[in-house]
Amino acid sequence: MSGDNRFLGLVYLSPYIIGLMVFTALPFAASFYLSFTDYNLMSAPVFTGLDNYWKLFTGDRTFRKSLWVTLVYVFTTVPLKLAFALFIAVILNYKLKFINFFRTAFYVPSILGGSIAIAVMWRYLFADVGIVNMALAAIGFEPVNWFGDPTNALFTITLLRLWQFGSAMVIFLAALQSIDKSLYEAASIDGAGKFATFWHITMPLITPVIFFNLIMQMVQAFQEFNGPYIITQGGPLKSTYLLPLYIYEEAFKRFDMGYASAIAWVLFVIIMVLTVIAFWSSRHWVYYAGDKRS
Amino acid sequence: MADHVLSPALAVDQEAERILKAQRRRHLFSAIFRYGVLTLVGLLMLYPLIWLVGASFKPNSEIFAGAGFIPQEPTTSGYVNGWKTSTPYTFGHFFWNTFLIVVPKIIGTAISCTAVAYGFARFDFPGKKILFASLIATLLLPNVVTRIPQYLLFRDLGWLDTFLPLWVPSAFAGDAFFVFMLVQFLRAIPRDMEEAARVDGANTWQVLIFIVVPLLIPALISVCLFQFMWTMNDFLGPLIYISSVDKFPVSLALKLSIDTTEAFEWNRILAMSVLTIMPALIVFFLAQKYFIEGISAGGVKG
Repeated sequence: MSGDNRFLGLVYLSPYIIGLMVFTALPFAASFYLSFTDYNLMSAPVFTGLDNYWKLFTGDRTFRKSLWVTLVYVFTTVPLKLAFALFIAVILNYKLKFINFFRTAFYVPSILGGSIAIAVMWRYLFADVGIVNMALAAIGFEPVNWFGDPTNALFTITLLRLWQFGSAMVIFLAALQSIDKSLYEAASIDGAGKFATFWHITMPLITPVIFFNLIMQMVQAFQEFNGPYIITQGGPLKSTYLLPLYIYEEAFKRFDMGYASAIAWVLFVIIMVLTVIAFWSSRHWVYYAGDKRS
Repeated sequence: MADHVLSPALAVDQEAERILKAQRRRHLFSAIFRYGVLTLVGLLMLYPLIWLVGASFKPNSEIFAGAGFIPQEPTTSGYVNGWKTSTPYTFGHFFWNTFLIVVPKIIGTAISCTAVAYGFARFDFPGKKILFASLIATLLLPNVVTRIPQYLLFRDLGWLDTFLPLWVPSAFAGDAFFVFMLVQFLRAIPRDMEEAARVDGANTWQVLIFIVVPLLIPALISVCLFQFMWTMNDFLGPLIYISSVDKFPVSLALKLSIDTTEAFEWNRILAMSVLTIMPALIVFFLAQKYFIEGISAGGVKG
C-alpha cells in the first residue's frame, strides 16, 4: 500500500524466503552435487565425476528395468485417469438428481487414497481368493494371478490410482459448470449435434484444466511410492520397482546417497523435460478465454 | 374448406407429437444410461470400503470365504487384538503420536501461509515476480530430488527420530500449494475495508489480524483440512525420519503390524486399517463443503 516502506512485503514473505533457501534451494543444489559423488554417510562425500551416471546408463540393469516400469506406469495411469475423470465429470454435469451424493461417493477414495490402510486393503481385494477374483468368477472369467504375474502386478497399482480419479473429476466438474450456458443454446440453434457441441465448445473451454490436471497427475505419478512399497514390494521380478522405490532403497537401506541422488536427478530431468514439452505444446492446444492468441 | 385447413394442422400436430415422443424416449434412454454408469461407478468406488469395514468384523476363517460384506458371525476380536498390537504400546499410543505430528504442523502451516499470501497479494516489492515464479516452481518441483539432502540437513541438526523434520518445513510456508490457494482467494477479496482501516491509522499488521484473517477463514479451513488429510496419510516422511517405535504415527504402526502379525490374522490388520482411515473419513463428511470448494478453487493433488 502507498506510503509504506517498499520492502514491507518482504517482511511478510520472510518465512517463505527462508524456507525456500533452507529446505528447497539448498537441498536442490546439494542433491545435484551429491549425484557426482560417492557418499555412504560414513565418510565425507568423494567427488567421482560422472561415475554414478556412467554406471546407471551402462551397467545397472535394475535401473533400466525400473526406468522402463516407471514410464509404462506413468503413461498408462495418467491418460486413463484423466479420461475417466473427464467422462464422469461430463455425465455429472447434466442436471441430475443426487449429483451431490455421486460427487461425494466418487471423491471419498481420493481423500483416503494415499493412506497406507488403502494400500493394505488393495492387497486383500486383489489376493488370489480376494473379492476381485470372486467377482471375475461370477461373470465367467478365470481368476487372475494379480501379484504373482509380472504383467499384472503393475496394473493393480494403476487401478488403485484410477480408483482415485475423484480429485481430477471435481476440478473438471467445476470447469464444466463455469461454462456459459448461452454458448450451448447458440450451438443448438445453429443445429450442432451433441458430439459436435462437446468437441467444439466444451473441450476448448476446459483445455486449461486438462492441462493443469495433466501436469499435476504426471508429476505425482512419477513419484508413486506407497503403492509399490506396500502392495507389491516392487515385485514380482521387479515389475513394479518404480524409480522412487529404487531411490528410497539406495538412499535409506543401502545408504548410497550419491548414487541415489543420481537416480533422483535422472527422474527429475525426465519430469522436467516432459513438463517443458507440455508447456511448450500448450500454445497449440490450450485455449485461454480472452486471450488474443486463441 | 374446413377439412382442408384441419387436416394439415392435424398432420403437423401428429408430427409434433411423434417428435416429442421420440425426444422423450431419447431423454429416458440417456437418463437411464447416465444413472446406470454413475451407479455402477459409485458401487465400484464405495464397495471396497464397505467390504473393508464389514470384513474387519469377520472372523479370520470368513474373510476370504465370500464376496459379501456382512459378517456371518460378527466378532470384534480383530479390533481387540489389533488395538493391543505386537509392541509394548496400544494403537491409541500411535494415534496420539499422529496427533502430535498433525496439530503443530497445521498451526505452523496456517500462520506462515497466511502471512506469505498476504505479502504476495497486497504488497509490491522488489523481486516479487521472481519470488512468485519460485512459488509456482516449488509447486511443480518433485520432492524426490530434495529429499536426500533434506535428510542430511536434519541429521546434521540432530533432528532425526524427532517430529521436527515433519513440522519445521511447513512452518516456513513449505507447502507452496496452500500459499497459492490463499493468494488466489485474497486477490478475489476487495481491498476497501483494508484501505479504510489504513486511513484510520491501522498498520499492516493490524489489518492482517483484524480484517484479512476473518475474511480468509473459509479458505483457511480448507487449508487446515487438506493439511490434516495429507499428514494423516503421509507415510514416506515418518518412514524416513522416525525410527523408534514409541514415536511411530499410525501409518508406520500399521505397516509394522503387517510385518509382525501372523500371516493368517487378517482381521487384526483390516480392523486397524479401518481405524486408520476413520479420522480422515469423519473429518471429510463433517466438512466436505470445504474440500470441494478448496479443490475447485485451486486445483489440488490427490
